[in-house]
Amino acid sequence: MEKLINDFSFGLFFWQAIILLILIVLMVKFAWKPIMNSIVAREEGISNALLAAENAKKEMQNLKSDNEKLLAEARAERDLMIKEAREIKEKMIADAKSEAQAQGEKMIEAAKASIESEKNAAMAELKNQVSSLSLEIAETLLKEELSNKEAQTKLVEKMLGDAKLN
Amino acid sequence: MVISRKPLHVIAAIAIAILPLFSFANVSNDTVKKEAHEVHVAADANHGETAEPQDKKAKVDAYIQHHLQDSHDFTFFSDEKEGKHYGFSLPVILIDNGLKVFSSSKFHHGETVAEVDGNFYKLYHGKIYKTDAAGTINYDEHHHPTNAKPLDFSITKNVFSMLFTSALLLFMFVGLAKSYKKGPIPTGFGRVLEPLILFIRDEIAIPNIGEKKYRKFMGYLLTVFFLIWLLNLLGMTPLGINVTGNIAVTICLALFTYFITQFSANKDYWMHIFWMPGVPVPMKIILMPIEILGTLTKPFALLIRLFANITAGHVVIMSLIAMIFVGKNLAADLPISLGLTLFISIIEVLVAFLQAFIFTMLSSLFIGMAVQDHHHDDHH
Repeated sequence: MEKLINDFSFGLFFWQAIILLILIVLMVKFAWKPIMNSIVAREEGISNALLAAENAKKEMQNLKSDNEKLLAEARAERDLMIKEAREIKEKMIADAKSEAQAQGEKMIEAAKASIESEKNAAMAELKNQVSSLSLEIAETLLKEELSNKEAQTKLVEKMLGDAKLN
Repeated sequence: MVISRKPLHVIAAIAIAILPLFSFANVSNDTVKKEAHEVHVAADANHGETAEPQDKKAKVDAYIQHHLQDSHDFTFFSDEKEGKHYGFSLPVILIDNGLKVFSSSKFHHGETVAEVDGNFYKLYHGKIYKTDAAGTINYDEHHHPTNAKPLDFSITKNVFSMLFTSALLLFMFVGLAKSYKKGPIPTGFGRVLEPLILFIRDEIAIPNIGEKKYRKFMGYLLTVFFLIWLLNLLGMTPLGINVTGNIAVTICLALFTYFITQFSANKDYWMHIFWMPGVPVPMKIILMPIEILGTLTKPFALLIRLFANITAGHVVIMSLIAMIFVGKNLAADLPISLGLTLFISIIEVLVAFLQAFIFTMLSSLFIGMAVQDHHHDDHH
């Protein structure tokens, strides 16, 4: 300790204090202040740039998701349209089919009715013919009866046999 | 405390890093003692035979002592046989009934008495004493000179080294500051310096002082860090400079930290010193002198740590180199001496950085303790 105190030189202490004081002042003024300012400015610039990049990335992502949304919507719409078209098509086919069927049935019905009426007309005609024929036969018979009794009988029998065949 | 908020591994790393320094300091002290002891042993053993080895050891001892001290001239090496010293003289400035300025060459390295304006001065063990024309030095019973000492404001070797280092620092960092004008990223040597500045800011200033207040102290912390580091490194060169291993220099540095701490301290800090909150009144009275002493022990630890570490490093390296000259078997001593010197030198380069780092770190810690806003419930 005594040696340490003995070694202590006031002159050196004095100069050290002066030099350190001046050095600090000079360094702060000419070195540390501009250096720290530029470092801080640069760091702020970097963090700002990073933030901007991050924002741009987010925006891009938003755009992308928007696009995807739009695309999905368009796709869904397209699917819907296709579905609707298909449905319409099927409905049209079904409609046409049923209409055709109904039409056909109607025509068949009409044909049937006309056939029936034709048949009825024909039957009526036939009946008329039969009645007129019967009348003719009866007339002829009556004429023949009057002339030939035997022959008349034979004829009637023959006629009846014929009629039975009918 | 701020340090407790740091990650544990950082504290552990620092603790481990500091550990060898203390042990080295001890080793060096042992070496010095052992050497002194050996000198005595040699003196006893070789009493009648030959005085040469003892002479050499004593000479080496004196040389190391001389190196550790400041000096009034800058000597790179000297030729003992011809009595020649290679180097240059530095101005001597004395205050002794007025200002006396003369060149240290007048002392002829302590061999002659310098006469200035009718006064005679003699250089004895690095100190200037007032004497008569014959250069008589009177001693007391402890072999200390009793001659009058004029106030010595000489530009000594250490002052010169500091001026040189300061100029170097200004040159380096003003250059770096200018390089920012060209672009946001420094070029050349600035690329080495900038990470160091960022290191001081991000690892020392901000964690210890706090994000809000650190900028005010950056100038001091950066200046002190680079000054100590550069001076430590210059001490590693064969120029024979030992600035940071000088007690006056470390006292000055520690006092700067002390005054900056006290003058920037806030109300909370003074409150904790003079009227500790949260303890009974008798305890407050007992704690007051302890706390006041505590403010002084902190910078004291700073100055002793730096001084002891650098001095120890210089003593160890010089002792190891001296092995070559003291030893009898050159072939055996040379590789051991060179190997050990190389090993210690590498450690000393590390210590040069570490001591600058620790000084800055502890300074910022003390400042941080003085300026931070205390939270009364989380410590004490």
